[in-house]
Order: sequence, then structure tokens, then C-alpha cells
Amino acid sequence: MQSILRRTLASSNPLLRCRASLSPRAISRPFGFRTVVTKRYTAEHECVAFDDTTGLGVISITDHAQSSLGDVVFVELPQVGTEVSQHDQIGAVESVKAASDIYAPVSGKVEEINETLADQPGLLNKSPEEKGWLCKIKLSDPSELEKLMNEEEYQASYEH
Amino acid sequence: MLLLRPTTIARKTLRVSTRKFATDAGQLRRTGLYDFHLENKAKMVPFAGYSMPLSYGDVGQVASHNHVRTDAGLFDVGHMVQSNFRGSSATQFLEWLTPSSLSSLKSYSSTLSVILNENGGIIDDTVITKHADDAFYVVTNAGRRDRDLAWFKQKLEQWNSSDHAKNGPVEMEVLENWGLLALQGPRAASYLQALTSFDLTKLTFGTSAFVPLEGFNLHVARGGYTGEDGFEISIPPSETVEVAKMLSKYPVQLTGLGARDSLRLEAGMCLYGNDLDEDTSPVEAGLSWVIGKERKDNGQFIGAEGVREHLKNGPPRRRVGFVVEGAPARQGAKIFSKDEQIGIITSGIPSPTLNKNIAMGFVKNGFHKRDTELEVEVRNRKRQAVVTSMPFVKPNYWRG
Repeated sequence: MQSILRRTLASSNPLLRCRASLSPRAISRPFGFRTVVTKRYTAEHECVAFDDTTGLGVISITDHAQSSLGDVVFVELPQVGTEVSQHDQIGAVESVKAASDIYAPVSGKVEEINETLADQPGLLNKSPEEKGWLCKIKLSDPSELEKLMNEEEYQASYEH
Repeated sequence: MLLLRPTTIARKTLRVSTRKFATDAGQLRRTGLYDFHLENKAKMVPFAGYSMPLSYGDVGQVASHNHVRTDAGLFDVGHMVQSNFRGSSATQFLEWLTPSSLSSLKSYSSTLSVILNENGGIIDDTVITKHADDAFYVVTNAGRRDRDLAWFKQKLEQWNSSDHAKNGPVEMEVLENWGLLALQGPRAASYLQALTSFDLTKLTFGTSAFVPLEGFNLHVARGGYTGEDGFEISIPPSETVEVAKMLSKYPVQLTGLGARDSLRLEAGMCLYGNDLDEDTSPVEAGLSWVIGKERKDNGQFIGAEGVREHLKNGPPRRRVGFVVEGAPARQGAKIFSKDEQIGIITSGIPSPTLNKNIAMGFVKNGFHKRDTELEVEVRNRKRQAVVTSMPFVKPNYWRG
């Protein structure tokens, strides 16, 4: 049954459209500095929000992904300090019906993981790209972002 | 994310398989409730050659699962194959195809059974209901439809051309397009009771009756695939939609395949294709109890030799339950004792009821005792797995 259930996620429910564009987003900082946060997506439904000031990318799964997965009941995250390469498996998100591997959208070092997910995996459903973030990676090669999709491209990738 | 990747892969595969196996969504079979499901906002998925509801509306799998444990849910199981076997030697015929004691089964009682191949491997698991010595109602799996029907046909021809049929043949009638609904949960009985004058307290677990339900007269069997009290109701094609509407009002919720799988696993029940296959004997599968006591030593049924060998000398492997620490173990996860692989997981989920990771799988004989500490490999890491008796969740059957 499992393998059959996995195929089921093909549905392209029109309600699953991502929210309005967040990328790139400018946030005002003190002292007149401006930080540009760039959001990029993978075909495997990971998202990275890269902050060019800190060099950190916040990794999450997309809203489309969480809604296809259903209730997330378990999240496995990488160890802080792990060096990862783009496309490495770094963890997994599990609903009752199936496990989904998470791959690193970018290379770098895992600087921080979202500890609250251990007790509240449901945050991935409620707020996948904000409170339900997975980990922060210090990018070793920000040019990798160029190989990823922007929001429009990502949406198009699963709507067709 | 692996899970979501098949979104595109599945489509591609489907396109290819359209030519080969005709499993394109357009050619999937439909139960009589297909339109009813769509009206109720079902997410339809291919399952066992049918387009079936995975879930309804925005009710998540956990909420849907819990509703069946606390209230009641209605499942369309009309994809399953319902058949009648009739004839003066019907009892003997089915005792040849299965190891069950059907001659001693009381009328209007059901038993779980297995259809065995010549080696004693399980062709399918089935529920057999006896109406009389010469009349049985049999439900088999949709996913095994072609294999089962061909097997029945072949064995009927063999039987009917032998001396066994000297007093008349055994005939099989498949109830094509009949509805089958499972009403499950602690509030199922009170809900159904409000629709009938029949005293349902007399209909205990494992028995069945024709029950008048608001003008319909339907075959109702008490039991199911969730571990909860409940009923499986067989319905003629023309009445299925109306009965489904009648049975799906508050507090009953329509429930899909997603919750059906997690409920059955908590109840320790096998899913054919995951936990059972033709290379597995009922003894290995922990289903020795379906073999009739008086048939164990010298019952003449297909596959008896292999089954008897496993009964006498112990099977090489056994199906057991596990509680797994950390990550849930899924189908295909390897089971280890120290560094030796001694088995494989066949079904596993994070249990919505227990908040623990539960699984079932097969281990080498000797590693099957309760509380045996083993390890299961998930994402290249070994996790502690403790052999646990099943069912994981205490059944809630009505035994009167």
C-alpha cells in the first residue's frame, strides 16, 4: 500500500498555491544596511532562504510539500556542525503514511537546527517556511543558488 | 524529498504503463460510490486497480484515524471481491482450498482464512462466512482478484469433474459491482441500531445476519479491519449509494485508505502484498490459528504438506510486531541482531493512537520472542526495535 500511497501525491490541488512572492525581500536593518534575502526552491520541494549578510541559508520544506504530506509527526534533522554537499540527504520528514527524505539544497556547514520540531513536528504543517524551518546552513558556495528555481519556476514545476 | 518526487515520476510511469498494464487513471475500475466520493471531496488514488478515496476534504489522516477510534467511520470497501459458493459439497470444496474447519463453523458465522498454493504459501487472505453447509459468502482482496478468480475457476473445474461432485457441482457467483461498506468504531453499533428493529446486541463479533435497514434487507457481518467494533455491509448495486448516504451522517465520518492502513496496523492485521505473499506460509505469518484444530494433523487441503512441516519443525521465520525507537521503520527496513541481518520490516507507521513507532516484519525463528531487543536500519542508522505482541491497540469487539 505504501508505494501506492506515495504515488497519490500527484494531485495538484489549486488550493495549494504558494503565497505571494517573498523573494527577493529587502529588510531594513539599523545603521542603514540592507540585507537581501533570496528564496530559492528545488524540484524536491525544499526551500532555502539565503541572507547575503550572514551567509546563512534557512532550509525548509515548501507549503505545497507540507500539504501533500499531510500531518507531519516526526522530523529527523542533521547534527549541528555537519558539512553537507548540495543534494546530500540531511534528514527526513515523516507523516503517518510515508517518510520523505530531505536533501540539502546547498552545500555548507549546518550551523543550527530547529530544536522545537522534536516536540512540535506539526509546525511543519502550520508554518512550513517560517516557524517550521529545519536548519540553517552556512553556504560554502552561494553561486549554487543560481542553479535552483525561483518561486515562479518552482510553482510551474509541480503544476505541469 | 523522496516522497514528493513521485508526483512527476508517477505520471511518467503511468503513461508508460498505460500501454503495458492499462492502469491509467481513466481505466481504473470504480466502485459504485465513485461519484459519491467526489461529491464528498475525496482525494482519489489508484489502489489495487481501482480509483479509491485516500482521504476526504481537509480531514488529515491522524484526525480521520482518531475519529474511528473514538466515534465512527464509514469505509468504501466495494473494491473487494464478494463471492457466493453454493453446492452440496461446498463445505468440502472450501476445506480443500483452505485449512479452515468450515464443517464445524456455525451458520451465519465468519472466519478469517487463507487460500494456499501447493507449497502452502498464501495466495490470499479471506473472510469466509457460512450461511449453510451448502452456501458460503467469501470476501477476497481486490489486489488479488485476477489470481484468486483464476485459481477458483481452475479448482472448481477440477472439483466438479471429480467424484466429489457426484451429488451436484459447486458453483461460484461473483457479486460484481455489489457495494461493501465498513462501518467501524465505538459508535457504529448505536448508529446502526437507530436504523433497524433488529437487536444488534445479538449480533456478536464474527457473526452475520440479514438485517432490515430502513427498507433495505442487507447482509451485515460484525467485524472489520480496524480492531474496533463494527459492521461490514454488503449491498446490491442499485442500493449502494442510498445506503452509503444513510450510513455517513453525523457522527459517522467518511474514512479513506490512509486511515484504514494505520488502523489495521495498530490492530496487528496483515495487508496482503505487504505482510503476506505466496512465499509465506500461515505458520510463518502468525496465522496458525486459522488452521482448524482437527485439520492440523491430517486435514486434506492444498498446501497441507508445507504447512504441516512448518507446524512440526517450526517455520524458518515468523511475523512479529515491533516498537521502534526514534524514526519510524517502514516496509523494507532491515532488521538486525548485532551485525547480522535477521529479518525485514513489512509494514510500519508512527502510531496515531499510541504515539510510538509500530511495525511488523519477519524475523528468523528464534528472534521472535516478546521483548527481544533487535535493531532496525532507517536511513543508514540502526534504531532499537523491541519485539512486541500484537495487536498494538487493544481490540474493542462486541462479544455480547
